Amino acid sequence: MSDTAHAPASTDAAHGHDAHAHPDSFYIRIWGILLVMLVVSVAGPELAHRIVSNETVAFVIVLFTAFGIAIVKAYMVVKNFMHIGVEKKYVGYILITMLVLMALMIGGVGPDVLRHEGHRWVNQAAKDYKLPGDTGHHGDAYGEPHGDAKH
Amino acid sequence: MIRPIATTREMTGMPTGRLAVWWLIASEIVIFGGVLGSYLMHRIGHKEWAAASAHTNTWAGAFNTLVLLTSSLSAVLAHNAALRKDGKRAAKLLWFTILGGGIFLVVKSIEWTGEIKAGYTITANNFWSFYYTAAGLHGLHVIAGMIVMMFVAADAAKGKELQRVENAGLYWHFVDLVWIFLFPLLYIAK
Repeated sequence: MSDTAHAPASTDAAHGHDAHAHPDSFYIRIWGILLVMLVVSVAGPELAHRIVSNETVAFVIVLFTAFGIAIVKAYMVVKNFMHIGVEKKYVGYILITMLVLMALMIGGVGPDVLRHEGHRWVNQAAKDYKLPGDTGHHGDAYGEPHGDAKH
Repeated sequence: MIRPIATTREMTGMPTGRLAVWWLIASEIVIFGGVLGSYLMHRIGHKEWAAASAHTNTWAGAFNTLVLLTSSLSAVLAHNAALRKDGKRAAKLLWFTILGGGIFLVVKSIEWTGEIKAGYTITANNFWSFYYTAAGLHGLHVIAGMIVMMFVAADAAKGKELQRVENAGLYWHFVDLVWIFLFPLLYIAK
């Protein structure tokens, strides 16, 4: 027998989950907004690279239109499609805890990836790596091609 | 009436199935967060990755974003139909969501075929290693979501287990969320 064979279709009403249900038109409107943001996130960086000559300005435009909008899109999906606002508060705390763990991981390994030397350590291979045909220092040996890619 | 233990634990304040999906999503945050975080750090730390990322197909990525956003819409509409106890409509919308997942995978395979033929394989360099690992892991989640929704849709069409429609939808929205971040990282930041 199924573990929920006789369960009601939804037991959410007990804590008000059903009460926040929206008409279908609401979700279609949210979808429309998400599509507009998708267009902006593609067009913004494309136009920035073609029209804006200042690299810093172009970078800022890409940052806002691509990654800024991605964060807004994610927020809209979590809020409106996943209904996090009417979910039990501890669910939000669980998710935030995971994000904090992720940030700790990034903070912990970041120095090894982003820097090539530090207090009592040096990544000599990374320091020595140069792009083909370039005398400048751009990265480390991890980025060195080791296959047969036709770049 | 038999009330199985799995659905009657009220200490948590929500159906156990939905709580389980939230726990699953929490664990997935660490998995995908680790991959995306590592990618981001390497991308910032290694300017040469820009040359490799210039070869990804932005339009294929954008089309797949459109497909996944639309499939998320159908998943939430299926949840709405389930709340109204309209199992048949919920099932139809879940099948539409599965179709979205199928289109996503077809586009991805066409894209990957072109890239592999051009020599951009998983061993070409570390950018492509990250690209195939992140997108491949995401693709596996798309396949898993499609399989789960097939079972949920089959039951929903008979008016059974309608509470599972929301659970499957939650998982699918998370799959959509991951792609929302993968898209600018792999396709736009060039």
